Amino acid sequence: MGLAKRIIPCLDCENGRVVKGVQFVDIRDAGDPVEVAKRYCDAGADEITFLDITASHEGRETTVHTVEAIASQVFIPLTVGGGIRTLEDIRAMLNAGADKVGINTAAVTNPDFVRAAAERFGSQCIVVAIDAKRVSGADEEPRWEIFTHGGRNPTGLDAIEWARKMVEFGAGEILLTSMDKDGTKSGFDLALNRAVSRAVQVPIIASGGVGTLEHLAEGVLEGEADAVLAASIFHFQEYTIGEAKDFMAQRGIEVRKI
Amino acid sequence: MNKIAVIDYGMGNLHSVAKALEHVGAQLGLPTEIVVTPDPQLIAAADRVIFPGVGAIRDCMAEINRLDVGRIVRQAIESKPVFAICVGMQALMSRSEENGGVDCLGIIDGQVRYFGDALKDDSGHRLKVPHMGWNEVQQCTAHPLWKGIPDRSRFYFVHSYYVPHDEDSIERGVTGIAHYGKEVAAVISRPNLFATQFHPEKSQEAGLTLLRNFLQWDGQG
Repeated sequence: MGLAKRIIPCLDCENGRVVKGVQFVDIRDAGDPVEVAKRYCDAGADEITFLDITASHEGRETTVHTVEAIASQVFIPLTVGGGIRTLEDIRAMLNAGADKVGINTAAVTNPDFVRAAAERFGSQCIVVAIDAKRVSGADEEPRWEIFTHGGRNPTGLDAIEWARKMVEFGAGEILLTSMDKDGTKSGFDLALNRAVSRAVQVPIIASGGVGTLEHLAEGVLEGEADAVLAASIFHFQEYTIGEAKDFMAQRGIEVRKI
Repeated sequence: MNKIAVIDYGMGNLHSVAKALEHVGAQLGLPTEIVVTPDPQLIAAADRVIFPGVGAIRDCMAEINRLDVGRIVRQAIESKPVFAICVGMQALMSRSEENGGVDCLGIIDGQVRYFGDALKDDSGHRLKVPHMGWNEVQQCTAHPLWKGIPDRSRFYFVHSYYVPHDEDSIERGVTGIAHYGKEVAAVISRPNLFATQFHPEKSQEAGLTLLRNFLQWDGQG
């Protein structure tokens, strides 16, 4: 027995409220990120990812307080992503109780930011989020490029090369989202995941496309992911974290049971 | 009043461990005061001490040496229970391979080693570095802090360097072991010292139980 593959529910939050509706029937306030995070933690989530989609500067203050409140009650690792652009942003989130921060667009516009962040705070807390889209034709060797702004803006950067570069710059983990699969509930882009996982030494979190428990297992077995991230299948109570872990265990995947 | 000093030498997030201690103090109904501080007097006045650490060993040791944290930790271990976490545990060793080789405090004899770039499990599968996530800890010796924690419970690890579990483990006081391509000393203990490679403050119930036990520990093995 060894290291468990991780299951990570993701909370999208705006101005301190969970959006993309969590639908727990027996929860007092499904919009309260603290209550939702606690619920997932008690259900056996291995980590929590908190994605802040707040646009305004004032709203960011709220986010810091939310992270503080979650970190006071949830004793598993907490990653905060969304709008992390400066070393000061990182410091604020870590001081609020985040264990890791996710850097996305800022890594693309200024790769040296990742290097500076890893040097200052340590690679263990720097997660680089990569949004990739397949750009090759059906009969070509598969190729993926990095897109920003929710998949709208192409950058011309090759996803595999980019992942290698980010790890060289100090990323301690890669959160890999397929923009082709995100929201489709048709499963991860397994070829993308496998290619990135084999290209780098650090752990990969697969994201984008989970609709069934089989998809989670595939992400690990075929996508060679070290962790799987999902939102809607857990938020809408299609499956519990416990069911996901039981299913993965039946497929021979090592998981943490509680 | 149970006063706990978390030694703050400028490295990393001490919020998590302070919050976890507050939480378990409240669970026990023990009036607990937590101070996060570099001040030797406040640390000397505390009943228990936490020696945390994250990031690169070179930077940690530079701050430890600058603030004379080594002396503070040695004095603490002489008189009261001390809990060292992650790089805090590594800093107690003689030397680390990280950053081209860094001398550490030498409170515990032994080297901190790199996992290596070609790490594999027993069946030959490649293992990622850092060792990140929940791994089982085998309780290789009895200890009061294991009370209420089943053997092989999982704890949260994140590290690329490790203290080996080897022929010197008994002398070194290795109390818990993890497997990750190598045999890893996950816990080292001796009178007044409990040091973990994993993060109890991030290890949910198992970790909180360990911290609860620490708050009630008299420092004896």
